[in-house]
Amino acid sequence: MPFKNSIVVKFVLVISLFNAVIFALTLGYNYYQSRVILQQELESNSRNLAMSLVHRVETELAAVAKVTEGIARSLETSPHNERELLTLIRSSIEQNPEISGAGVAFEPYAFNAASHLYAPYFYRENGKISFRRLEKAYLDFPYPYWDWYQIPRELGKLEWSEPYFDEGAGNILKSTCSVPFYKDTASGKQLKGIVISDISLDSLTQLISSIKILKTGYAALLSRNGMILAHPMKDAIMNETFFSIAEGRNDPSLRELGKKMIRGETGFIHYQSLVGFDSWMYYTPIPSTGWTLAVVFPEEELLENVRKLSMTMMMMGFVGILLLTLVVIYIARTIIKPLRLLTGATDEIAAGHFDVELPATRSNDEVGELAHNFQVMRESLKEYIRNLTETTASKERIQSELKVATNIQASLLPRIFPPFPDHPEFDIYASMVPAKEVGGDFYDFFFIDKNHLCFLIADVSDKGVPAALYMMVAKTLLKTEGQRLGEPDKILSSVNNILALDNENCMFTTVFCAILDITTGDVRYANAGHNPPLILDSHGVRYLTPKPGLMLGALSGTVFVTERLTLEPDATLFLYTDGVTEAKNPEDALYGQERMLKALQGAPRDDLAKMIHFISSEVAQHANGAPQSDDITMLAIKMAKKGIA
Amino acid sequence: MIWYPNQTRRQSYLLISWIFVLLLAVFFLPRLVAAGTPLKSATLMPLWSPQAQFAGYYVALEKGIYARYGIDLKILRAGPGHSPADALRKGTTDFAVLWLTTALQHRIAGTHLVNLAQINQRSSMMLISRKTSGIHSIADMEGKKVGLWEGDVSIPPRAIFARNRTKVREVRQSHSVNLFLRGGIDVTSAMWYNEYHTIINSGIDPEELNVMFLRDQGMNFLEDGIYTMNKTLQKDPSLAAAFVDASLEGWRYAFDHPDETLDIVIKYMREAHLPANRVQQKWMLDRMRDLMMPVRPTGKMGFLAEQDYEAVGLVMQENGLIRKYPAYRDFVWRANAVQK
Repeated sequence: MPFKNSIVVKFVLVISLFNAVIFALTLGYNYYQSRVILQQELESNSRNLAMSLVHRVETELAAVAKVTEGIARSLETSPHNERELLTLIRSSIEQNPEISGAGVAFEPYAFNAASHLYAPYFYRENGKISFRRLEKAYLDFPYPYWDWYQIPRELGKLEWSEPYFDEGAGNILKSTCSVPFYKDTASGKQLKGIVISDISLDSLTQLISSIKILKTGYAALLSRNGMILAHPMKDAIMNETFFSIAEGRNDPSLRELGKKMIRGETGFIHYQSLVGFDSWMYYTPIPSTGWTLAVVFPEEELLENVRKLSMTMMMMGFVGILLLTLVVIYIARTIIKPLRLLTGATDEIAAGHFDVELPATRSNDEVGELAHNFQVMRESLKEYIRNLTETTASKERIQSELKVATNIQASLLPRIFPPFPDHPEFDIYASMVPAKEVGGDFYDFFFIDKNHLCFLIADVSDKGVPAALYMMVAKTLLKTEGQRLGEPDKILSSVNNILALDNENCMFTTVFCAILDITTGDVRYANAGHNPPLILDSHGVRYLTPKPGLMLGALSGTVFVTERLTLEPDATLFLYTDGVTEAKNPEDALYGQERMLKALQGAPRDDLAKMIHFISSEVAQHANGAPQSDDITMLAIKMAKKGIA
Repeated sequence: MIWYPNQTRRQSYLLISWIFVLLLAVFFLPRLVAAGTPLKSATLMPLWSPQAQFAGYYVALEKGIYARYGIDLKILRAGPGHSPADALRKGTTDFAVLWLTTALQHRIAGTHLVNLAQINQRSSMMLISRKTSGIHSIADMEGKKVGLWEGDVSIPPRAIFARNRTKVREVRQSHSVNLFLRGGIDVTSAMWYNEYHTIINSGIDPEELNVMFLRDQGMNFLEDGIYTMNKTLQKDPSLAAAFVDASLEGWRYAFDHPDETLDIVIKYMREAHLPANRVQQKWMLDRMRDLMMPVRPTGKMGFLAEQDYEAVGLVMQENGLIRKYPAYRDFVWRANAVQK
């Protein structure tokens, strides 16, 4: 997958997600605040609506109550005969269109002693005013026991009855306003009867039912007992109380709400309406009757606009974030594109293809700079690699030349053993292991006449090519002068003078030079600052103590001394360079003269080659893998046993 | 196959004729049987207008249980202004639902009626006051306004007040509870299955009320029972038996199918233009089930136990409501039904 973990994906994710979160929070807050504002507005709106309704209802009820009270007071103040009474009642209906029926119900024998019950009643019927006598209409259940009579009677005050269906008058829903009136007697006020005015609730409930709030909102009316008087649930009207609905739904909170309502409280609440919507309800009592008017606002419809707005905003935000994402992708890609090209190119460079074309960048930003730097780096690398190639080539050439030089140097030293097979009087063996390709040590041996063998070992004060070149000169000089002069001291003096003459490089060499009379075993020798050789004879192994002498090439005119010794038959003279004694092990401990002495004591004496190889291996064992720091050169010469010569 | 037209046609005619005869038989046989035992017409007057208090009778009628028992029953209109006892006496109804107290009073007064079945095994009448009025006992009601229904139904509370020598201010109360709700009276008479629940569903919590069952005051005045005139019983005992059995079966069906029962009851209520409140009717039906459950292990549904009868009779006698009361076996038809 090309975009896995890529910067583009990270960019898009971080920016888009961040934006989406910020947007969602903003939207949520906006929605919440809109709701709160809406709710505040709603509360005042619903209060206004409810109050205007209550006002309309209350005005009507108050007018009816006033008329009823008026009749009652009138009956209290002056005695009325039957005709006057009927006229009074009738005119109250005629003058008050909201009154559907009115009457006066007397206490038993209160109207006159002749009639037990007397209750004239006028009512509207088909646009006319009809009359009947309630004491005759309710034979089964005499009027003194009806709520409209009994309750004001017992309470002694104006009462509005619970709404009821009047079967006699076309089964209309009505409520009766009842006012007791009294007669003053000696023993106090005595109840004479109850004045009643009926109102039809149909117009009232129609008014309330006609209230449409949005699409499903409504207004409702409850009686003092919580009886449903007006409500969209038609079946519940006059059949259910708020409490029976609460019981049917097993909803105690509904019951609590109903109790608040019938207590005459006013409130604004959020609840689930009886028809099942989440709604806001404002409820308030109708003061004169104690009924409760409620206006119900369906929340969903109220919030519909807010929700629509939020949806639109959400869509806009979504499109915006989508566009933003696209822009982010575009920008990220423009940034990333040269980087990706650069990545591809650097992949090539990493693989060694320095000639790959680096992408051209026109921008002056960080990416342009990076590309430019890559360009420079590539050039530098190319240059470096070219140099490296050249250097390596020249080094290889030098290496191969050095190899040749090593071969030449090795070929300069006598390497064929035994060198003089026709001379059984003595045996000679030598080896040189250079520390570098070419060494500064050398040895040589040659006859200067028939019986005298000159042999020498030398150590140039440096290593490598300069030492090798110097050694060539020294060796050639020593051989030439050895054959010409035939005395060790003279040889050394002469060679020293030549070498010291043009020694601008300040190179020196130590030399141990000796001449052996192969017939007698006499040895004349001179030392130019070289390590003392060892003698192995019948007396054991020991170091020779030659005069030290000065190194060749250091100072012109140096005088060397020839010393003598005689090698008895089977005795060996062992010459070496400091590469042997100064061989180091990894702990930097030198091999040392003591160790060499001991090694020689244990070394095989008969075969010089074996002896030298033995010492070599001893030194190698001591070095224990530490790199060889100096050339290791050894030369041994041994007189033959008696009788062999 | 060889075709024989005439023979085949004759065979098929024969078959069709047989089928026709069989169909006729199937169609007319039940009618002939039914016509053999024509339904007997009978009438019932309940104690009050349609409600779940009489669910068993309406259900038995609606579900054809009476018809199955050979009765063509008509349930008469009842309620305010209708007295079932008077209707029995006048012969305007064959059967009636009466309270035991009412029935005894009428019996003593000369109406020879007989208890066919005792529906309610326990009294459900109660006196309710608001906690705030501080009435906790009968004695506390001294001088208080107590709502009493007019007529026979006021016998039990009056008996209690007489026994306790408590003088209350009697106020005749209507069938609504508004007088009590508005504070017009301190104490109201109520039936557990009806008015009590109406009060609760007018927004007054049970915790706000003091409720006194009359049966807890030693006045277990059994209420609804099925009564008929002795002469009606003597004329056609099988009709009475069928009516009682069908009614009890109706009750059992009602308790087994409460939802269907409520539908039926509410249908009758609507026909009578009565406020129909399902929750109220459900409460009433549930309470009727409680009230009809036999109190004793030996009891059974519809049976008036002798000791219950004696207790009611004795208390009524003691309180001067009746001078004497008839013998149990004389008053209760099938008095030894259980013992048999």
